[in-house]
Order: sequence, then structure tokens, then C-alpha cells
Amino acid sequence: MTNGTREITYRDAVREAIREALLADPRVFLMGEDVGRYGGCYAVTKGLLDEFGPERVRDTPLSESAFVGAGIGAALGGMRPIVEIMTVNFSLLALDQIVNNAATIRHMSGGQFAVPLVIRMATGAGRQLAAQHSHSLEGWYAHIPGLKVVTPATLEDARFMLAAALADPNPVLIFEHVMLYNRIGMLPPDAGPVDIRSAIVRRLGKDVTLVTYGGTLFKTLDAAEELSKEGIEGEVIDLRVLRPLDTETVLASVAKTRRAVIVDEGWRSGSLSAEISARIMEGAFWELDAPVGRVCSAEVPIPYPHHLEEAALPQPSAIIAAAKTTLVS
Amino acid sequence: MNDSHAQKPHLSREHLLALLRAMVRIRRFEEKCAELYQQEKIRGFLHLYIGEEAIAAGAMQALAPTDAVVATYREHGHALARGVSMDAVMAEMYGKAEGCSRGRGGSMHLFDAATRFYGGNAIVGGGLPLAVGLALAEKMDKRDGIAACFFGEGAVAEGEFHECLNLAELWRLPVLFVCENNLYAMGTRLERSESQPDIHVKAQSYNVPAEVVDGMDVVAVEAATRRVCAAIRSGGGPALLECRTYRFRAHSMFDPQLYRDKAEVEEWKHRDPIERLASWMRGMGVLHDSDVAAIEAEVAAEIEHGVAFAESGHWEPIAELTREVYAAEFAQ
Repeated sequence: MTNGTREITYRDAVREAIREALLADPRVFLMGEDVGRYGGCYAVTKGLLDEFGPERVRDTPLSESAFVGAGIGAALGGMRPIVEIMTVNFSLLALDQIVNNAATIRHMSGGQFAVPLVIRMATGAGRQLAAQHSHSLEGWYAHIPGLKVVTPATLEDARFMLAAALADPNPVLIFEHVMLYNRIGMLPPDAGPVDIRSAIVRRLGKDVTLVTYGGTLFKTLDAAEELSKEGIEGEVIDLRVLRPLDTETVLASVAKTRRAVIVDEGWRSGSLSAEISARIMEGAFWELDAPVGRVCSAEVPIPYPHHLEEAALPQPSAIIAAAKTTLVS
Repeated sequence: MNDSHAQKPHLSREHLLALLRAMVRIRRFEEKCAELYQQEKIRGFLHLYIGEEAIAAGAMQALAPTDAVVATYREHGHALARGVSMDAVMAEMYGKAEGCSRGRGGSMHLFDAATRFYGGNAIVGGGLPLAVGLALAEKMDKRDGIAACFFGEGAVAEGEFHECLNLAELWRLPVLFVCENNLYAMGTRLERSESQPDIHVKAQSYNVPAEVVDGMDVVAVEAATRRVCAAIRSGGGPALLECRTYRFRAHSMFDPQLYRDKAEVEEWKHRDPIERLASWMRGMGVLHDSDVAAIEAEVAAEIEHGVAFAESGHWEPIAELTREVYAAEFAQ
């Protein structure tokens, strides 16, 4: 490309971000299961061990609670750890450390101690990995005061959210959807830096607001493209940050379109989509022309066979149908 | 300071008096806390360390100000022995803004940055990974501090104990694991929960050097801690001390103690660490009634000051409720 725009995968963008962080700050180090010699279970960290050595790219035992807690302790001790957990399902083995320590220590210590820790993990379904490797539990973490939760969907966010997370003195959880790693696209030379505060409008539209994040962003954009062919202009909001939620961007869009559909790969019951729906109700009830719609995963542990897995997940067809429903009422 | 100097306690009269004073200070502070609890000045959970004072008082002697300390929800003694001011601890017991955790933590969550005291962790086993990480930071940043982690024998049933001993040894991290084995995890006696009740044996299975110490003997605890810390500081990796002790009081203020015989409690009280040191010192002719009176008077005055400090402290304004959930400039 003559203007410096280059082709890159999401995976390589994340790797570049980690490499840049390791180069920029000697306090930064990476640890997790198979991040070193193996190169990462999704090959994100391939090559980093050779470049930075085993002190700064640390393979850990299969001890999620110990190495996540050690990340918290190292952050308390002045380091800037990046901890990788293979998938969100495995993070449940470290839930005590994340919820009872990382999220509480600043407040519980009266502000004396900070936990400047970044935890990266894969989330989501689509690879036929069945019910213990495919769930979308980022909404659970977004329930917890003291944590920040971010969901890079675009190449630019994959490339630059990490630096913003490391600059933040709070514990930040980064959720990378497994179906995004192979996604390829163009990154302009002037891309980044990005913030981890705000949602962003990824497609402008006047008829219905489609709120989503992470792995369902591109399905939602595809749905908006199809709707456009039928003369329905969907405005697509990428939340980017699940905690703290940028409610204002959502409400500003709903004030314009008067309709909203939330697309979330998490389950519907007790979910992030329920939270966003409630905030729209609290902040824009009188602006609404239709009930808020939701497209979520079916209430089932994600099954193995391809056709059942796809049936369980939000799909463009369901998003299109939900958007149309808001327009007929 | 040469190594042999660092490894042995100085059994001078002054040092022994300091150990006695450290234990009496914890004992009287907690007796006052129990009284204040009855008066409803202190609420929530209150876990007393009475009977176990020799461990905190002895072990802290071997730690440097640059070391990090992680403790449990039964940590008043550790905070006081570490040097957190009694005023700030008492104010925290009250929940006042002048408390060492700004009132946000209470009895179970004492924190103090100045003395590198990282809490007060009320999830059994939850502090161990923090200590491993604090030790990792020391090692990676090429500092010479160690992380000391105090926990009860109940924690050895948690996966975190096993994960952390393995990781600390695998990475040769400077962690001092101090297991305060008071025989009961709340109401469950060790033999009723462990297939292998000898905790030091478990540590050895991870190649972590471990020894058993009489936790009712403050001099023995100090000597063992100094010895083990010298090995850790010289790059020997982590070590574990199993201090055998006994809690004289209930698990918490809500505990009717149906699970143990009164006779057993009485028997252990004959091994009271304070009485034991005092009578040993008397036998050697280095403790006089006037010394005891002076210590008691000094401690009583400090406690009185602490109570007055806590009483005159202020309640955090409700407007400050959500302060320190996030760093202010990043809170949004």
C-alpha cells in the first residue's frame, strides 16, 4: 500500500500490541498457560518467548487461581502484568482472585493499593468446541464494581486497546472473541491510540439502533447491510467497553432512531443485554416507538455439532427479524 | 549484618522484654476489642488471635521493612506486630475514616501501605497467590525483599495452597509461608478434613523446605523464622513453617464452640505463650514484677489512646461511598 495502510489479522494485531508493551515498559510481562514455548493456544503470542526470554514471557502450570492471583500480587508489587487465560470458561477457576481480590483491594484498602493488572482471555463460540470452551461470560464480569471489561472487535481496537488498558491503574479484562482471531483487514498508518471509555457508532442509520460488541459486531453489520437493501437504515453501536458502560452513546442513538435491538452472544436471562435494555428504559422510555428487542444465544450450553451451535448463536437473520419487529409495532 | 547475626534471636533482656510486650499488646488489644464488641462499638465479624500471639510477634522479628506481608481475617496481631499504628487499627475496627483502611475493610481487612501490609484476606487460601505475586515482583525487579504469607491450617484444603506452593517452588520465589495450625478450621478439626494431617509433609511433596515449630514459644518461632528467612534471602526459594498453636477464644463472636471440649481448651491454656515466656524469663532472673507492671501500663495507655482516637474519628460522608472503587481519574 502506498499510503502505509497494511493488511493484518486480528491475531497479529494483538501480538503487535503485546510486543509493543513489552518493549515500552520493563515492568510489563506476560504469563499464562502455553504462552511461551507453544506460542499461545490461539497462536497469539508466537515468537515472543524467543524475543523476550522466559522471565518476561512466562509459561505457567495449569493453576489459574495461582497465576491470576500472582498477577494481582505482582501488580501490587509494582509490575504491570499481562495475564492470559486460555478461555473465559477456564477463568472460572480464578474467579476468587478476580472478584474477591482484583476488584476489591483498592476499595477495601481505602485507596492505598492499586491493581494495575490486565487479563486477556478468549471468549465465545463458533469453533465447535462444545460447552466448556465456548461460552460468553464477559457479561458476568461486567457485573463487578472495581473491574473494567473491554471487548475489542475491530483490528484497531485489537491493536491499541492493550496500551490503554496497561495505562489504566485499574484491573482491566480484555475479551477476544475466538472467531475474530483469523479476521483480516486493513490497518491505516494513523490508526490508534484508542480509549477504553466510550462506545462508538460503527454504522450510521436513522431507523433502528443495533447495540452490540465483540464477536457479534460483524454479524450485526452484515444484518444492517441487508436491512439497508430493504430501505431500513440500522445504526450500529459497538459498545467496546462493557464496564463502565457508555450509556450516553446508546441513548443518543435511541433518541434519534426511537427503536433499539441488542445483540449479545451471552444468554438472555440476567444478562448484559438485560442491563442495556433497562438503561434504555430508564433513560429513553418516552422516546421509544417500540419495545426494545434482543437477540441472544439460546438458553443452552453451547452444543458441539455445527448446525446446533449455529442455531444457538445470534445470526444476521435473527437480527434482521428483530429489527423489523421494532418497525412494525 | 552478617548471616549468623541475622539468623539468631538476641536473647538479651531487652529483646525478650520486647517480645513479651509485643504479645501482651496484641492480647490486651483484642480483649478490649471483645469488650467493645459487646458494647456494639465493633460490629460484623471479630476473629480473635488470643493464644496465637507468639507467631506474629516472633515471625515479624525476622522481617525487614521492605518485605511484604499478607495475612488472613484473624490478623489484628499481625498488623500490630508489623507496626501498623494501634490508633489506625482501632479506628478501622470502628469503621471510622481514620482507620488504616479508611473504614472500608473493618476487622478482616486491615491494610497499610507504609508497612507493606497487604491485608486482611477473608477468603481462606485467597492470600497465598497474592504473596506469590508480590514475591515475583521482588524477584523480577531485582529487589531483595521477601513476601511473608500467614494462613491457617484450614487453607491447606484449598486448591490455592497447592497451586501456590508448586508455583513458588517452580519459580524459586522468595515466599515465606507461615501456616498457623490451630487445629480447627472454624469447627472442623484437622484430622476430620485432611488425609495427611502433617502439613509440613505436604509442603515437602512440592520440594518446599518445611519445618514444624512450637507456635506457643515465641523464641522458637523467631529463631525458626530468622533461619528460614536467611535461606530464602540467599536465593533458596520458598519455605514453609508449620506453627502449632491453639485459639483460646471462639472462632468468631458467633461461635458457641460445640465442637471442642472445654478440657482441651484449658489444657492448651497451660501453654499460654505469654505466661510461658514470662515464667521462663523469671526463671532466668530477667523479668521482674515491675517490668510486667510497666508493660501493662504502657499497653493500657496505648489502648486507651486508640479507643479515644477511634471514638473521636469521623464517619466517611455517604457522598464518598463510591470513592476508590476505581482510580479517580480513570473512574469515568
